[in-house]
Amino acid sequence: MLGRTANGLFWMSRYIERAENTARLIDAGLRMSLTRMDGQEEDWESVLRSSGVFNGYRATNEEVTSADAVNYLLRDKSNPSSVLSTIEAARNNGRMVRTALTRDAWEATNECYLDIKSQLSRRIARADMPEIINTIKQRTGLIRGTYHGTMLRNELYNFSSLGTFIERADNTARILDVKYYVLLPAASYVGSSLDNVQWESILRSVSAHRSYGWVYDGEYTPSNIADFLILNGRMPRSLAYCYDKINTNLSYIEREYRKRDSCHETAAATLGMLREREIQSVMDSGLHEFLQGFISQNSRVAAEIAEAYRFYQD
Amino acid sequence: MPFDEMLTTDNLPRAPYQGYFNWHSEQNPSDLIKKSRDAENIFRKTGITFAVYGKEDSAERLIPFDIVPRIISGSEWRKLAQGIEQRVMALNAFLDDIYHKQEIIRAGRIPRALIEKNDAFLPEMIGMRPPGGVYTHIIGTDIVRTGEGQFYVLEDNARTPSGVSYMLENRETMMQMFPELFHLNRVRPVENYPKLLRQSLAAVAPPGCTGKPRIAVLTPGIFNSAFYEHAYLADQMGVELVEGSDLRVINGKVAMRTTRGYEAIDVLYRRVDDDYLDPLSFRPDSTLGVPGIMDVYRAGNITIANAPGTGIADDKAIYSYMPDIVEFYTGRKPLLENVPTYRCSEPDTLKYVLENLAELVVKEVHGSGGYGMLVGPAASKRERTEFAEKLKARPGNYIAQPTLALSTVPILVKKGLAPRHVDLRPFVLVSNKVQIIPGGLTRVALKEGSLVVNSSQGGGTKDTWVLED
Repeated sequence: MLGRTANGLFWMSRYIERAENTARLIDAGLRMSLTRMDGQEEDWESVLRSSGVFNGYRATNEEVTSADAVNYLLRDKSNPSSVLSTIEAARNNGRMVRTALTRDAWEATNECYLDIKSQLSRRIARADMPEIINTIKQRTGLIRGTYHGTMLRNELYNFSSLGTFIERADNTARILDVKYYVLLPAASYVGSSLDNVQWESILRSVSAHRSYGWVYDGEYTPSNIADFLILNGRMPRSLAYCYDKINTNLSYIEREYRKRDSCHETAAATLGMLREREIQSVMDSGLHEFLQGFISQNSRVAAEIAEAYRFYQD
Repeated sequence: MPFDEMLTTDNLPRAPYQGYFNWHSEQNPSDLIKKSRDAENIFRKTGITFAVYGKEDSAERLIPFDIVPRIISGSEWRKLAQGIEQRVMALNAFLDDIYHKQEIIRAGRIPRALIEKNDAFLPEMIGMRPPGGVYTHIIGTDIVRTGEGQFYVLEDNARTPSGVSYMLENRETMMQMFPELFHLNRVRPVENYPKLLRQSLAAVAPPGCTGKPRIAVLTPGIFNSAFYEHAYLADQMGVELVEGSDLRVINGKVAMRTTRGYEAIDVLYRRVDDDYLDPLSFRPDSTLGVPGIMDVYRAGNITIANAPGTGIADDKAIYSYMPDIVEFYTGRKPLLENVPTYRCSEPDTLKYVLENLAELVVKEVHGSGGYGMLVGPAASKRERTEFAEKLKARPGNYIAQPTLALSTVPILVKKGLAPRHVDLRPFVLVSNKVQIIPGGLTRVALKEGSLVVNSSQGGGTKDTWVLED
């Protein structure tokens, strides 16, 4: 298998994951703006920050408004993380690695691109937002479904999965990091309605609003939310879950190649840490510092994977 | 009236079309129109698109597909195939001669300047004999027809002919949509092409290659107009699709960067032009090729298909000499005719061409894809005057041909069947033997009366049937 093919599969999955996460962030942002009268600007600023594009947005926009923020996140071509840009990048990667994909997986990707590109060809009115968010979720879900249902579980699948979970871990960590101040134990608003909206929005951005309720009996506490998104191994967007998957996929490749690299060590150490840490110690020693440390460790794993499997020309 | 391949002047079906015609007259027209749209959706969904250069917004387009097949009888095909085989053998012999003893020049049959001053002639290939002695492994011979049994070769595409994926997808689509037609007609299969291509490439592996030859397809990348075809062929053959950035020369072999390290390749089916193949030998700014691949090639450690420098054989200035070339190397008269061609480089001929522009088709010697040509009868007076100036400025850059009354085959339009002009590109594989796939790519000018079939100029395609008889 070509190193470039592994790279293409890895990034195709990353971009699809990112498109879906951006759609969720927008959804959570819209939801928040429905339930609040003021403070909209800060809310959208935090959505833009979660997506890692706030500086890019400010370079072309004077003010933060709901409509402009949504437009930037959804369809601005100058934003490399917009849904349109990421779907296009995913599809370009898919075209590049066409021979590695099943017909179903390729067609789902191609149709996702054609559909979303045509729906995002003009600015989206507020009333049409639910439909477009739905399309993005359904289309990306369909790609994932065809992957699951039709792709042979070989190295191709492993490299794709690595892309998915590296990206997802990064996204979840960023969402938490942007909102960490709400979760600070020192925050005196605990229990106030403002906080509830903020917490709910965190959970909605990772589609975990209801599952949280089941696991923690609907009790909103900062450490429970942090626990759920960081350490809960059954929550499919948590850091622990992502690292479990990253390690499983890396160990398949290790067995097949009979070769262990630094990415294996770093990923195993990360998983070990996530399994051993208690949420209270994370909160006590500083959630922000913890998340920053995780984000850079996660990037390191990605870079080590790229190096070990020759993603790029040397 | 141009010759229609389906219907006689009395509107009766000709023999090869009898079965199809009967079936067609029993169909509900609106169902057929619907099937037509279904076919388009299949192509769009699969992503069978091509890029049109210089058009930003429509960066990817579908080549329209017409559901009425183009049908060739077994006996017509045998005659055609013999002619193509003879021509392909002559092309390879010509290339070997041109890069070695140049006997055809010494015999005075071709002017030396025409070869040695030609951009498509690669001095790097002089004295070089590719593995198996094959220069042009994959050929797409463009054929046009003007009447019963009257076929002409329009072009010999001996570099990197494209379109074979459309031949395969068109057949696949027809079989999906109209399975019953394939019960009613005995159509010779084309779908083993990828397998034959793979075997053919393996058969010309370098002599030093022991064991199963490692084959790869070299593409310029996803932004190339034929990328879909490159990926399709690699996929169907079960070989890697590589880009220049995946390859480097290691220990005298061309090797590709895999997730496990560098692995040597024996045969490279390249879909990158000569100029871009090796920045050390040709264009130094090329990022599409492999630095040093020509050294590996000269050392006999890789097969490049088609060989560098084969463009000299399908150059439009050489084309007019093809009847001589065929006779010189095969010792026999050509079985397939050339279209009469005027060399504008000759002053008397230029004068004739300028006086008769309204009846002629004028082509750039190095052009392709229907760009930069003038179809005299279809051009406005102003277009002709402008073109005449270009012609006078650089006569050697042009050839002219009479406007042939290309045959027509009906396409499906809202009102039913309507005749449109077609050409045919059969695909030929050369290794230790010559194999011609029974069928090919039929291109059809969708605009009424138009003679330009190129997909970049609004042409479509049809499934092409060769009957077993």
